Amino acid sequence: MYQQVPMVEMDGMKLVQSRAILNYIATKHNLYGKDTKERLLIDMYTEGMVDLYDIILHLPLTPPDQKDAKMAQISERTKDRYLPVFEKVLKSHGQDYLVGNKLSKADILLVELLYMIEEVDASLLASFPLLQALKTRVSNLPNVKKFLQPGSQRKPLPTQKMIEEARKVFKF
Amino acid sequence: MYQQVPMVEMDGMTMVQSSAILNYIATKYNLYGKDTKERLLIDMYTEGMTDLYELFLQLVIAAPAEKDAKVAFLKDRAKNRYLPAFEKVLKSHGQDYLVGNKLSKADILLVELLYMVEEFDASLLAGFPLLQALKTRISNLPGVKKYLQPGGQRKPLPTEKMVEEARKVFKF
Repeated sequence: MYQQVPMVEMDGMKLVQSRAILNYIATKHNLYGKDTKERLLIDMYTEGMVDLYDIILHLPLTPPDQKDAKMAQISERTKDRYLPVFEKVLKSHGQDYLVGNKLSKADILLVELLYMIEEVDASLLASFPLLQALKTRVSNLPNVKKFLQPGSQRKPLPTQKMIEEARKVFKF
Repeated sequence: MYQQVPMVEMDGMTMVQSSAILNYIATKYNLYGKDTKERLLIDMYTEGMTDLYELFLQLVIAAPAEKDAKVAFLKDRAKNRYLPAFEKVLKSHGQDYLVGNKLSKADILLVELLYMVEEFDASLLAGFPLLQALKTRISNLPGVKKYLQPGGQRKPLPTEKMVEEARKVFKF
């Protein structure tokens, strides 16, 4: 539709735009809450996660002389703005999942984010016990466990080398 | 939640994150399609609109040396990628609205975007008769008509002056 990726062919349709694709798949598999209010909570949490995800994703693109400043920003945002919010949500209801006492796309995206943060700087997770417990719990779900094993479909964060390649191919 | 705006208080809740807020309001007022497939289409269209909208915002904060290139890029994307996609949707079914023959958030966001495009460079709309017709039709809906009148709640795009002020206050 917009000559871009990602594009997913499923259910006889061509889906584009990450959010649209994720929302459709989440709804189809009952990972998007049971009503409007749960969907709102899931959206509020996942949009915050996407904000942090975007900052971390830009790290390999940062020029060498700005890298330290970028890392400092990531540390600060992670430890002071985003992770406290999600830890607080889990603490507020004491349940195993962020919303509605049931696995949702919010838990899955959060755990993916926690793995990314851990790879960037594992010490950032130190003061968030409930998030660490969620990470363990969700990682042990059968399909997630399989996904996290070597040789699975999980893609690593882009490296400096991959970015250089991409710059040449896509001319940016 | 994330110490940010926008933040909206309604229905006894404090909502943050633009997408979450918009999705909630759209669902509440039946502007988000009648089922999962319609919601998917609405998401695919509105996410593309957000991408074009982002280019406008980038233009506002762009450094003077980058401005010409950013203007050219925006014009190219508007004329060759985004506006054709939406014109094609309207042409494909010949209905008055983008999805499900009924007003949805997709039509409203598109018309807002078309006003921005027109204010930027009216000639960009020239090759898109169905989009122009949609713009007129939506603008005549009572609530929208009132909103578009001078003194209505519609906010203009930030000006360079406003951005300078913001830079000082928020230190970015």
